[in-house]
Amino acid sequence: MTARPATDVDWGRVRAWGLYGGLTMAFIAAIGMVESLDARMMVHPVLSLGYLFLLWAPPAFGYAAAYEPVKEGMAAPAKGARDLVAGAVAGLLAGAVFGLFIVVAATFDLREVFVKLSPVLVDLLTFGRGVGFGVATWIVLSTGLGLVGGLLHVLPERGRAAVFNALAAVFVVALLELAVVDVLETFRLEAVERFLYAPNGGITIPGAVVVALVAGFVTLRTTGGAVLRFRSRYAAMTGEERRRFGVRWGLVAIAGLVVFPMIVGGLTNELLANVGLFLLMALGLNLVVGYAGLLDLGYVAFFAVGAYTTALLTSPLSPTLKPMFRLDLLTVEGWVVMAIVIAVAALSGLVIGTPVIRLRGDYLAIVTLGFGEIVRILFLSDWLAPLFGGAQGIRNIPPGYLGPIKVAGTSPQTIFYVVTIFVGIAIYVAWRLYHSRIGRAWAALREDEDVAEAMGIDTTRMKLLAFVTGAILASFSGMIFAVKVGSVFPSSFKLIVSIIVLVIVIVGGMGSIPGVVIGAVVLIGVLGGPTQPGLLAEFGEFKLLLYGVLLVVMMLRRPEGLWPSVQRQRELHQEEFLQDAWLKTEAAQAAARGEAPS
Amino acid sequence: MALLEITGLKKAFGGLQALGGVDFHIDDLEIVSVIGPNGAGKTTFFNVISGLEVPDEGSIVFEEEEIGGLEPSEITERGIARTFQNVRLFPDMTVLENVMVAQHCRTHTGVWGALLNTPAFRREERAIEERAKEILGFFGTRLVGYRFGQPAYVLSYANRRRLEIARAMATMPKLLLLDEPTAGMNPKETEELTGLIKKLRDERGFTIIVIEHEMRVVRDVSDRVVVLDHGVKIAEGSYEEVSSNPDVIEAYLGRPAEAG
Ligand SMILES: Nc1ncnc2c1ncn2[C@@H]1O[C@H](COP(=O)(O)OP(=O)(O)O)[C@@H](O)[C@H]1O
Ligand SMILES: [Mg+2]
Repeated sequence: MTARPATDVDWGRVRAWGLYGGLTMAFIAAIGMVESLDARMMVHPVLSLGYLFLLWAPPAFGYAAAYEPVKEGMAAPAKGARDLVAGAVAGLLAGAVFGLFIVVAATFDLREVFVKLSPVLVDLLTFGRGVGFGVATWIVLSTGLGLVGGLLHVLPERGRAAVFNALAAVFVVALLELAVVDVLETFRLEAVERFLYAPNGGITIPGAVVVALVAGFVTLRTTGGAVLRFRSRYAAMTGEERRRFGVRWGLVAIAGLVVFPMIVGGLTNELLANVGLFLLMALGLNLVVGYAGLLDLGYVAFFAVGAYTTALLTSPLSPTLKPMFRLDLLTVEGWVVMAIVIAVAALSGLVIGTPVIRLRGDYLAIVTLGFGEIVRILFLSDWLAPLFGGAQGIRNIPPGYLGPIKVAGTSPQTIFYVVTIFVGIAIYVAWRLYHSRIGRAWAALREDEDVAEAMGIDTTRMKLLAFVTGAILASFSGMIFAVKVGSVFPSSFKLIVSIIVLVIVIVGGMGSIPGVVIGAVVLIGVLGGPTQPGLLAEFGEFKLLLYGVLLVVMMLRRPEGLWPSVQRQRELHQEEFLQDAWLKTEAAQAAARGEAPS
Repeated sequence: MALLEITGLKKAFGGLQALGGVDFHIDDLEIVSVIGPNGAGKTTFFNVISGLEVPDEGSIVFEEEEIGGLEPSEITERGIARTFQNVRLFPDMTVLENVMVAQHCRTHTGVWGALLNTPAFRREERAIEERAKEILGFFGTRLVGYRFGQPAYVLSYANRRRLEIARAMATMPKLLLLDEPTAGMNPKETEELTGLIKKLRDERGFTIIVIEHEMRVVRDVSDRVVVLDHGVKIAEGSYEEVSSNPDVIEAYLGRPAEAG
């Protein structure tokens, strides 16, 4: 390879990425994110979440500017000084654009249009030291960070992973402050806590340095490809070994799930309970969308049905039913409640499913969306208010019981345990059905409905079965939700719930149970549900924006989800798979001819 | 009584009469070829029998029961299975799964069996898998071993056609409808498949209707040949009778301007 001069840079690319970077930063500042998120300290006292949301841009866009697309059949471009130049110039450009934005925001009062461009924001962006200082700082900072981005591009894979993991580790430790502090306090490790976290929030600088060093060092030392090695080891196991492996780690996981809520505090438990509720719904929707391929946008209806049924059966203020059931899952009375919830959910699944089940694709999505809204509006309507309480909803839903243990929203830990049991049931149901003739029929249905029908599969029946099973799982979630909150209102069952559950399934990986679990933990745990705060509670109004961004990025970069199902992966990566298969056959044939594989 | 007895079958698409009153019958263990120029209505004929299209008029009696207008899955359950001219497998399912899923209408365990993992369920799952492997074994070594776990789309064209036949066999039909099974195959593969079609009848006991354009295959496999043209049956009889019939020759050769 011949060395390339540092000036041999694709200037068009650099200009474009620099501009995008600056505009992204301006956008983030202009919608008020910097100001709102400034309240949350990440690294004390230098870096708030608000500044972090600006500072990620120059290195990321600098990296993108340094990156040169590798053309089919051409050698990858040599790396070197030009990458640094590209990164730094892109950073400089981004800084300049952002500086311009600051000048404009400081000079003109644009609050008529951009309500968030307040003097407070300008103060924040100029570090309270005047526009000149602010702009100069941003340009220098942005150039430096762009240079870092370019540098990252030059680094070998391993080094890049180390830097990335180091930063990610600091971010995660700062993110999980709430839970980590709980754990440290349980084990009386106040000294560690004082070292790691500042008194009023944020990881301390020495803490950040240590965490970064540890994470970076660990990355450098592990030989890489740990996941791959684990996969090949798992693939080599016999059925019996796999079962034992599963049982062993299953027990560890269960022990962890039992112990963890005890050593963390109420807020973390609240968060876990919310994750569980959404996970339960997502597992149900995964059956419908991921397995059977039916795009249901009105899934929240079944969540609502479960919640309302529970409320009607157990609340003393229930407008319809006078006998008041006690929801104790260890007594016959509790089972009666559950049986009724299941029956009503199944029935509503049939009622909503039957008319729409013959529709396909987009039509099905639109019509189910409509049905989801209809259900909410029925609960809201004055017409049915004597039955469901209208906009007032139903209050005073008493706690549930597990024998002597009271399960109520005031003790999110108990809710978490109950929800975990139901999640376990849901996972079991999904797993068993998937590996049965029903699961195979769903897969066939998803691939080609007409052919499935022609091969003797009663597609109407199979679709309804998916719909009803999904409805029942959502109704469980609704039941626990009603007990947790203690009241149900129509406004808790808006379209956004369906959408967020769908995003969990898509981001996690359609048709993949571990994927859905990861999706729920990441999205609900970190960002939060429609009204429930996550670890980054400060996101508040920006949550939906981030959901959207995440969805778009995933669709572009990793459409199969974070932890894809085998089948989805096949669907989306046919070419690679074909090539693999071809290589394998070649190797097999070579081996058969007695040649050594080359 | 014939296994399948069709009278006055009509099907129109808009103004186009794809089937204009076809009479047809096939006896147990017969192999009948349906031939005719492109667009003659052969595939439509299969679509109507298998329930993918609803006939406009006429009756389709299978084992002395009317099946016209039933759902495709019900027809398959009664014992008619088909392949498609433009191979339609479940591409992202594995070879084995493609054949396993086709046994759906012959197996019964429901949700509870699967959830409780009952002995009956496990027995049935094992039987399904074994039968699938046995059926794939019908094609020699082409679809067995490491092929079981490969997604269907990695298969070669000829293997896809074979897998489609295997999938149809797995529904355990009495009557097999093969739509151009040798299309796109090379002469050697075509010859092999000719042998297999006979074996399907002789060893497996399927009655077969085959749409075929390769005249050598038609000659070698058919007990009887039916010729369609413009949705109408223009000739019927042994291969020799049909191939010397002037109407048939005209249908194929007489209208060079319309050849397609
Ligand atoms: N679903 C359909 N809609 C409209 N026209 C169709 C449809 N299916 C087939 N046809 C028409 O019916 C005629 C017969 O088609 P087909 O049965 O596929 O012929 P063959 O299989 O003999 O080549 C053709 O003219 C074709 O275009
Ligand atoms: Mg055809």
